[in-house]
Amino acid sequence: MRKLIFGLFIAFLPALGLAAGGAASLDAFESDHSDKASLQRGVATFTNYCMGCHSMEYARYKRVADDLEIPAELYEENLIFTGAKIGELMKNSMNKDMAADWFGAPPPDLTLETRLRGEAWVYSYLRGFYKDETRPFGVNNVVFPLVGMPHVLVGLQGLCAVEPHIGVEASVEPLSGSINNADVCPEYAIEGSMTGAEFDQAMYDLTNFMSYMADPVKLERERLGIFVLIFVAIFFVFAYLLNREYWKDVH
Amino acid sequence: MQKLISWVDERLPIVDAWNKHLAKYYAPKNFNAWYFFGSLAMLVLVNQLVTGIWLTMSYNPTSEGAFASVEYIMRDVEWGWLLRYLHSTGASAFFIVVYLHMFRGLMYGSYQKPRELIWLFGMLIYLALMAEAFMGYLLPWGQMSYWGAQVIVNLFGAIPVIGDDLSLWVRGDYLISGITLNRFFALHVVALPIVLLALVVLHILALHEVGSNNPDGIEIKKNKDENGIPKDGIPFHPYYSVHDLLGVAVFFFIFFVVVFYFPEVGGLFLEKPNFEPANPLKTPAHIAPVWYFTPFYAMLRAVTLELFGLPAKFWGVVVMGGAIAILFVLPWLDRSPVRSIRYKGWLSKIALAVFAVSFVVLGYLGLVPATEGRTMVAQILTAVYFLYFILMPFYTRIEKTKPVPERVTG
Repeated sequence: MRKLIFGLFIAFLPALGLAAGGAASLDAFESDHSDKASLQRGVATFTNYCMGCHSMEYARYKRVADDLEIPAELYEENLIFTGAKIGELMKNSMNKDMAADWFGAPPPDLTLETRLRGEAWVYSYLRGFYKDETRPFGVNNVVFPLVGMPHVLVGLQGLCAVEPHIGVEASVEPLSGSINNADVCPEYAIEGSMTGAEFDQAMYDLTNFMSYMADPVKLERERLGIFVLIFVAIFFVFAYLLNREYWKDVH
Repeated sequence: MQKLISWVDERLPIVDAWNKHLAKYYAPKNFNAWYFFGSLAMLVLVNQLVTGIWLTMSYNPTSEGAFASVEYIMRDVEWGWLLRYLHSTGASAFFIVVYLHMFRGLMYGSYQKPRELIWLFGMLIYLALMAEAFMGYLLPWGQMSYWGAQVIVNLFGAIPVIGDDLSLWVRGDYLISGITLNRFFALHVVALPIVLLALVVLHILALHEVGSNNPDGIEIKKNKDENGIPKDGIPFHPYYSVHDLLGVAVFFFIFFVVVFYFPEVGGLFLEKPNFEPANPLKTPAHIAPVWYFTPFYAMLRAVTLELFGLPAKFWGVVVMGGAIAILFVLPWLDRSPVRSIRYKGWLSKIALAVFAVSFVVLGYLGLVPATEGRTMVAQILTAVYFLYFILMPFYTRIEKTKPVPERVTG
């Protein structure tokens, strides 16, 4: 049986590869972990809209509060809904078995999501929902077709009536001067509380926060790296001079 | 200090050992940059041992806790992220320096008589290193850890009659599970490091018995001065100990650029699916081993032929095993009267170049999903890989070699 499974797997490898290669195009994303305001807005959005279902159970509230320069009391009062202490892991109270019944699969933990799928993917996915009555929750996603997740941010973005234009650059129509694709969604079935640009910014902040969560030490690592490399470079100079001194008498 | 040294030396021959292996070990004076990689491999080995010990202090070798404990190391343990990136980058760095070290041996004929045992111990180190890396890769318990191990352990199942029982025995379960994780952990942190260290000692003892080869492939011991010191030799310490520091500095610079700025190397050193915990019910879209195994993985996949009623997978395993096994007999395949590529004929030069290119391209092919065209290229390159060795007794004998100088050059 295992042989059969393995054989089938090997047989389907090329097809699977093609399937993976044919993924939808994505919007570019560049994270900035030094933009604390963006990260603070991101953690607010994440806590209010995502965390009911998605945990970040490998990270601790305290670390987020410290890194994002949010005072501990303020964080505890406004951004911890489960009654957890600030030193605890960022779990949620959703029962995984029940969640599997509701959504088909339990909502995944999102601590490492941007390192798993990529920042551009997450940023595009968050803006990729559109109306599709054939789906259980009435929505589909251009980046993740047949997704099991409802459009949680519909109150902010509104509901796009057609497939949003993800991975398409905005451009200016030369004759009329009108701007194409300024908004990922050309036509809304339900209006949201945010404009297209505001929603893009909110999703930038959210993705930026998730990127920080996946790799919280990135800023510190890159800061330290410079000193380490300078040290090694200076070490090289001394090693070079020492080597030259010794090898003077080798002919 | 002098008193202490003589006190110890009367009871343990430390002065003797110091002289034999360092201060009066005469190495050829014409080593080039290719000769850095031996000492660099030692450096990386020490890095792996030291960071490994500290990682073990915080790692939890259970299927329930492994993934979370790695993230605990990355987030909560002081400097844990640095230890882990040093270890994960070190694993790839180990293979880079070892591959370059082996290529140096191929170029300068360092495996030829009387250095056959050095080569054999080196090959055993390579084998132990592959086992060490493979088992270590399961420990983070990510998706690619899990499915990579699943695919590789299933290869044992290709062996006729005993195959299924053998892979069951290796796993200790019907599929990769916490039991497999526990035994791989024991082998990774205790058994294989001991084997590796013992083999490294044997590798170096054998080297210091016969002396180092050099880019000219000349035996420097044939030309000694009145004191019995090789005319082209210089004491390893201090000449090569300070010289190797240069190599260490350059290596560390590149190594730390990776550790601090590109620890994933675009999914090559840390594969993206490994940021998701192992899930036995969900197969990743594309399973690829880490880059240092991919040349052999490409050979495994290249075999699509059923033969003697045995499946292609079995022959793939045979080819993959053969590709490593054939390296062991290399010292007896090379019939050239000269060692170094500098004095071998153009046949050997072309053969080595083609071999190197085919190995690298196979490495690439093992990384990407197979297509019909790619499989065909992999088949041709697998043949090239084997022909390099199989034809070696002929092309090294018939080609015209250049005269080897008496003394080392530049």
